[in-house]
Amino acid sequence: MTMQMTKKELKAQVKSQRRPFNKTGLSAVRHVSNRALLYGLLILFAAFFLLPLYLVILTSIKPLDEISLSAMWDLPTGIDFSAYALAWEKLAPAFANTFTLVIPAAIIASILGSLNGYVLSKWKFPGSNVIFTLMLFGMFIPYQAILIPLSNTVRDLGLYGGTTGLVLVHIVYGLPIMTLIFRNFYLGIPDEIVEAARVDGAGMLKTYTQVILPLSVPAFIVAIIWEFTAVWNDFLFAVVLTGPKAWPITVALNNIAGSQIVEWNVQMSAALMASIPTILVYILLGKYFMRGMMSGALKG
Amino acid sequence: MAITQAKAKKARYRLKDLKAWIPAMLLLSPSVILLAIFVYGFIGITFSISLNEQKGSGAEGTFIGFDNYVALLDDQRFHIDIWNTALFSAVFIGVSLALGLGLAILLDQKFKGEGFFRTVYLFPMAISFIVSGVIWRWLMNPATGDRTTGLNLLFENVGLGFLVNEWHLTPTWGMAAIALPAIWQMSGYTMALFLAGLRSIPDEVKEAARMDGASEFSIYWRIILPMISPVALSAIVILGHISLKVFDLIIAVAGKQLILDVPSIYMWSTTYDAYNFGRGATLAVYILVSVAVFVVPYLILTNRKEKR
Repeated sequence: MTMQMTKKELKAQVKSQRRPFNKTGLSAVRHVSNRALLYGLLILFAAFFLLPLYLVILTSIKPLDEISLSAMWDLPTGIDFSAYALAWEKLAPAFANTFTLVIPAAIIASILGSLNGYVLSKWKFPGSNVIFTLMLFGMFIPYQAILIPLSNTVRDLGLYGGTTGLVLVHIVYGLPIMTLIFRNFYLGIPDEIVEAARVDGAGMLKTYTQVILPLSVPAFIVAIIWEFTAVWNDFLFAVVLTGPKAWPITVALNNIAGSQIVEWNVQMSAALMASIPTILVYILLGKYFMRGMMSGALKG
Repeated sequence: MAITQAKAKKARYRLKDLKAWIPAMLLLSPSVILLAIFVYGFIGITFSISLNEQKGSGAEGTFIGFDNYVALLDDQRFHIDIWNTALFSAVFIGVSLALGLGLAILLDQKFKGEGFFRTVYLFPMAISFIVSGVIWRWLMNPATGDRTTGLNLLFENVGLGFLVNEWHLTPTWGMAAIALPAIWQMSGYTMALFLAGLRSIPDEVKEAARMDGASEFSIYWRIILPMISPVALSAIVILGHISLKVFDLIIAVAGKQLILDVPSIYMWSTTYDAYNFGRGATLAVYILVSVAVFVVPYLILTNRKEKR
């Protein structure tokens, strides 16, 4: 009993081995200066990434009469949120449109992706790998290559100009990545679990709803976040397929920024508001957000 | 006797397999049919439109074979597009890879606050190209004299006046400036890819090299980098397919200007402004082929690797 070390003791010993105290003065100095260099570089790069954000926030809280080209980097005399009110007035309808777009697209695309991923990982049939690769190609195509027939088809279906057509389009072109996310996730679930259900007499769908689906929550979070972000940030499909009444946030923002009469502080508050939902998702659910982004690189 | 039994067993398994395959195929079929139409069918239609002289979407086309393809090769604007795309891709991919790798190595050094810095480097990826374009159009304002503003003004204020430039309005090299916001958005992502690669290398590899007296630099250069080269390949494919179809970002920074023209904008204005659908479809096919030449081998390679 006494021979066994407690966990704490073991940890302490490992730690002391890792960081020997017999460091000479010289190497200690080198260590400190290396750390200083490391943090210096880290902060320098952080400045590069944060500078645009700083400018946006700075500008958005300036009152109108302090907006001038030469005073771009000056601090405001006071904080003024009137630009946000003006931007909200212009963006509110687009916000509503984007939400009615994003929610059904993310839910339906992820359900279909889950079913596809289930079949392609646990119910493989001859040729299913080829089908999967052919599906994945849809993820990489430049959408210009399908834009003309797509807009014709959406028009023929009578869905041109509204949100429904755009939802459908986002679901279809979201299928490859959704399928990929779920397939890779299900590959990590042991086949024995499915086999056991099969032996118990459960069919394909029953196995899915009773065994696979309850295990799929993390994959659903990843997939829904991915689709949410992709649809929220899409511009090309929206500008081709929707009219002014259904314009989502990206199109509305681009119009605000393109017009000469909208003040610059209003533009900046609009840009900030348009990105708050996706940034919030990123900060709050970063782990899942990253997992989805990484699967875009075809690595589970 | 035993053989026939085995045979019968095998046959029964086949039948059982078939019974399992049919529902599986049925379940997959809605998505497969949709993608067959919306991806492959539509690409086919685009290709057939490109073989016609067709003005307007409903208009009857006249078959002209590959004339549209040949005509574009002689087209001045298309030459500008090719140069711009090449320049943008080179700067965007090159800098994103270098910066991404550099940041990944920095973050791999085991220090306090890593999570914070990683979050900062990655956040631009969460926002749209439109938002970052709107922000960077102010940062990269090319106005001079009294109207100097944005980064140029900042450069002047901090004594870096020699850096003042016309950004995207610089003749010939303007597209390199457009790559800047793209780098701002995607180098953090590239970093994340590399970091995942670095983390997958066991510590023992580094330890062993250190024991042998290798310097930190040569550990990275000779041992780590070759090990994460597959990550670099993935990163190049992802960044490359973004750069070949770049559209939103240019529109948001500068609108449609000839100096910043790229195939996707040319395709847009030919199709939807000039109603020359045949020519627009041809441009679309050119973009698709440029992406497919490296994405298709990549997909096949990934598929094969997985099978092994």
